[in-house]
Amino acid sequence: MDPIIASASVIAAALAVGLAAIGPGIGQGNASGQAVAGIARQPEAEGKIRGTLLLTLAFMESLTIYGLVISLVLLFANPFS
Amino acid sequence: MIDALTFYNNLTLAELEVGNHFYWQIGNFQVHGQVFMTSWFVIALLVIAAIAAITNKKVQTAPSGMQNFMEYVLEFLRDLAKNQLGEKDYRPWLPFIATLFLFIFVSNWSGALVPWGLIEIPDSELAAPTNDINTTVALALLTSLAYFYAGFSKKGLGYFANYIQPIPILLPIKILEDFTKPLSLSFRLFGNILADELVVAVLVFLVPLFVPLPLMALGLFTSAIQALVFATLAGAYIHEAIEGYDEEEHE
Repeated sequence: MDPIIASASVIAAALAVGLAAIGPGIGQGNASGQAVAGIARQPEAEGKIRGTLLLTLAFMESLTIYGLVISLVLLFANPFS
Repeated sequence: MIDALTFYNNLTLAELEVGNHFYWQIGNFQVHGQVFMTSWFVIALLVIAAIAAITNKKVQTAPSGMQNFMEYVLEFLRDLAKNQLGEKDYRPWLPFIATLFLFIFVSNWSGALVPWGLIEIPDSELAAPTNDINTTVALALLTSLAYFYAGFSKKGLGYFANYIQPIPILLPIKILEDFTKPLSLSFRLFGNILADELVVAVLVFLVPLFVPLPLMALGLFTSAIQALVFATLAGAYIHEAIEGYDEEEHE
């Protein structure tokens, strides 16, 4: 592999997963905070809130995973090599 | 293919093989043999469980043991489908959604719980079937087919009205959605499972004993959630296809 392409791919892979973690991080923080507030107000609804929270967290998590998929493609199955 | 990580392979303790496949040649197609083997294992497991449940001679009114477990699984899946599709429409789609959930769930967990590493195969290693993008794309495309079929069988050509229903200006986005749905479904599952296995593999490489255990438990948890997410989304997409805007029910 051309060293320039290799180094660019490694940097791009790191940026892809790093930048992709920012938004979902903020989103997950917001969602968890709201869920905790909801549980504090209404402790009897905890089961329902927890189930919904986990499901939504998985959706946000997948945004980071898309970045991870891009970085894995760049590292292991680089189309430009 | 993985020059960057080949140093892992010098250690027998931790192996990491991404992008290496055990190829089978079938006609003009090259297929990934390791995925087939593990998929067959998962399918065999599910079929055996299903046959055992069907041929159970001594069904009790007060279930215990295995029967209790099977009834719990069935009720869980029925509630999952019912929550998404509603009381009226869920029954015809229950087998599809339940099969998706069970297959994904059992394959995810088989990747973590079955000691595949003990079985040596050339060029690759056995892992969860959902670890391979081809499996997840196949499942996602099946979901696409299912919701198109659901829409057409319910409304006929009137299904196309869905594309311009709230306002016609959303038409391009609605068309785009048909492509992004399977894309996001397949990438979500594939990425999550691969990420789990990579994290565990890297950690095993760094600290071989005990330390990876909590992460493995976390992996079990996330892979169960991913199976749930996939089945839930399949149900939601099918519901979206059969439920028009004009006859939307108020909840």
